[in-house]
Amino acid sequence: MIPEIGNFLLIMAFINAIFLGTLSFVGAHTEHDGLMRFSKRASLSIFVLILASFVCLTLSFINNDFSVAYVANHSNTQLPLHYRISAVWGAHEGSLLLWVLILTGWMAAVAIFSKSLPRPLVTRVLGVMGFIAVGFIAFTLFTSNPFERVFPFIPIDGSDLNPLLQDFGLIVHPPMLYMGYVGFSVVFAFAIAGLLQGDLDNKWARWSRPWTTVAWIFMSLGIALGSWWAYYELGWGGWWFWDPVENASFMPWLAGTALIHSLAATEKRGVFKSWTALLAILTFSLSLLGTFLVRSGVLTSVHSFANDPVRGRFILVFLGIVVGASLLIYAIQSSKIRSKSNFGLFSRETALLFNNALLAVVTFMVLLGTLHPLIQEAFTGGKSSVGPPYFNLMFTIFMVPILILMPIGQQISWKQEPIKPLLAKYWLWAISSVLLALAVVIIMGGIEQMALVGTTLGLWVLAGCAKYIFGQTAKSDSFVKGLKKISRSYWGMLVAHLGVAVTVLGVVLTSYFSIEENIKIRQGQTVQVEDLSVEFYDFKNTEGPNYISSAGSFRIYSNDELITDLHPEKRKYNASKMVMTEADIDAGLFRDIYVVMGEPLNDGAWAISVYYKPFVRWIWLGSIFMALGGLLAISDKRYRQRRRDKKKEKKAQSTKSKAEGHTSEAGNE
Amino acid sequence: MKKLITIMILMMSLEALAVIETYEFETKQQEQLYTEIIHELRCPKCQNQTIAESNAGLSEDLRYIVYQKVSDGTSKRDILAYMQERYGDFVLYDPPVKPSNYFLWFAPLAVFLVILIAVLLKVGRRKVTTEQSESEEE
Repeated sequence: MIPEIGNFLLIMAFINAIFLGTLSFVGAHTEHDGLMRFSKRASLSIFVLILASFVCLTLSFINNDFSVAYVANHSNTQLPLHYRISAVWGAHEGSLLLWVLILTGWMAAVAIFSKSLPRPLVTRVLGVMGFIAVGFIAFTLFTSNPFERVFPFIPIDGSDLNPLLQDFGLIVHPPMLYMGYVGFSVVFAFAIAGLLQGDLDNKWARWSRPWTTVAWIFMSLGIALGSWWAYYELGWGGWWFWDPVENASFMPWLAGTALIHSLAATEKRGVFKSWTALLAILTFSLSLLGTFLVRSGVLTSVHSFANDPVRGRFILVFLGIVVGASLLIYAIQSSKIRSKSNFGLFSRETALLFNNALLAVVTFMVLLGTLHPLIQEAFTGGKSSVGPPYFNLMFTIFMVPILILMPIGQQISWKQEPIKPLLAKYWLWAISSVLLALAVVIIMGGIEQMALVGTTLGLWVLAGCAKYIFGQTAKSDSFVKGLKKISRSYWGMLVAHLGVAVTVLGVVLTSYFSIEENIKIRQGQTVQVEDLSVEFYDFKNTEGPNYISSAGSFRIYSNDELITDLHPEKRKYNASKMVMTEADIDAGLFRDIYVVMGEPLNDGAWAISVYYKPFVRWIWLGSIFMALGGLLAISDKRYRQRRRDKKKEKKAQSTKSKAEGHTSEAGNE
Repeated sequence: MKKLITIMILMMSLEALAVIETYEFETKQQEQLYTEIIHELRCPKCQNQTIAESNAGLSEDLRYIVYQKVSDGTSKRDILAYMQERYGDFVLYDPPVKPSNYFLWFAPLAVFLVILIAVLLKVGRRKVTTEQSESEEE
């Protein structure tokens, strides 16, 4: 019964969404009060319906209802409860329902938190989101229904959830990532609504900004979680593989990062309006493209979903409609959008322009590299590959200028600033970055040219943040007073850029100074790996809830001093008969020690891998800083004051900017 | 019971994980070269994996070939050429720079240069007006 209710609720939501996706535009165009009110209520009710439907699917998992095909294929009576719940989004159908749930959640949030916005605009935004919901609910209902039953032969027990996914990482990674992917639909909807009205003013940018930032925060965390999960779960010690599925999430993140920056310029200075709108369209289109790539099976990847050509065609057609229609609207309406462009070559506007150009080109490069084998096969029939060597090289080429410009771009004034006096202040910082990088690289194990360049750039970005803070506090009476003067959104930017520096340092130092060694070791034996001695002192076979495991115990010494005791496992899952390695990691801020069980060799010894990974945590620590930066930015005063009397706000702002001059301009950013 | 579990584990299918081998090399450079090469070759019959990550029998064989060739002192270029000859461009994760890949290698840079020149020409020539008379242009 429960699955039927879930299915029914899904159909109800579908019908509601059809009305929302069409009537809203009529309502907004005619400014019909009833229709505009309807669009808000419909948004809320669709969300509630989908939520209830999602609960039904979850209940089917909890109750082990194996008459539901999706449950039977992805769960098992032995599976612990928390994994039965997370198994709901462990495969295609359920994860799609989660996607729809999150989309409608964002829609409901827009309906609730937009009281101060003009109603026709909000109605159009909800209409666009409703239209997207129609597409995705139809996709779920007609090609990937999670509630489908298997009658009359109901399996006694289910097959298992993929053991790779029986992990904390899986519980949180997809929802986070989807919050980001789908979150970009809000700014997309704002852009389309604004274009339809033929008016994208500074207020439009101000309203879109916090939504974009929130989506970007989730996306940053989601990608970092995925990377962290791959690192500890796959047992290769790698944290980024340039796999098509990773690229699928990285592209909207890159475009979204560009969007955050161009929105800042649009809000503050009224520049780049049409470009910002186009970027909003492209960002969400890349999210949709990512969905297509992951779920259609056109690209082979280690973790793409089981795929089916019908699904691929459906999404491709939907993608075509959404992208085609939005580009058409853009082409027709963008000539009505008037941007200001009163700025010189050396100005923050130009700096942001370069930021956007570079990020857009990087996005294009990732897209090209991901699709190139596909395009080439279509034209020549030959199979080819594009992998990490290409992406690493190209990414580095474009990251270098981004990182060089970052500290200058965050400090230069809007409109125009003489460049020579500005650059003169940076010499000392630049030289110290190089010297410090040299010291770091020597301590880490030797002068490797690229490592030196990368470390210098990371420290240079760090120096830029420090320079700004010292510059601001020097103007004030005391250090603390100076710190307080920096606005929240400016803190947000500083912390996010600090996060970039931390990630860059982590990536560079891990890539160049890791030690990875495969060794043959017998129980009781001690083997030397560079400066570490590895002692294999115990071996046990144990039984877990749904697997059997063989675990080795290793003591790691450095200069006869015990550093850590690690217990990597090899598990065989009962239902699927899959074998998984569970690496054991001694994590630290400055280094990880990572041991993986390999195979028993014929003479009783084991092959194991030992990794020493310096600064690897910094990669993910950096993304936490980036997310924190985003949080600080959206907690800025001006978003909280929105509901206050407009006059009051205007007055306060103009006096404030007069009083503080240049500082507040930068500070408000 | 313990014995039984051990036997079961020894009979485990080894499908889901990369096999860890313990090849011995004469020099550190050879070992590094080996690691580098196996991370640049794609397993010809797997999904999207390097032969370093894949545990397919074929990857195991290919790793062994790479090991032997590295030990013989064959250069990286020759080893990659050897693989390319047998399995086509598909095995190379590092796409060779040749006419059919020119677009892949040079398009991003070309796009960037075009944007760079456009910005410098447009913004560089512009005269910035003072506060009140902000000109509106597209």
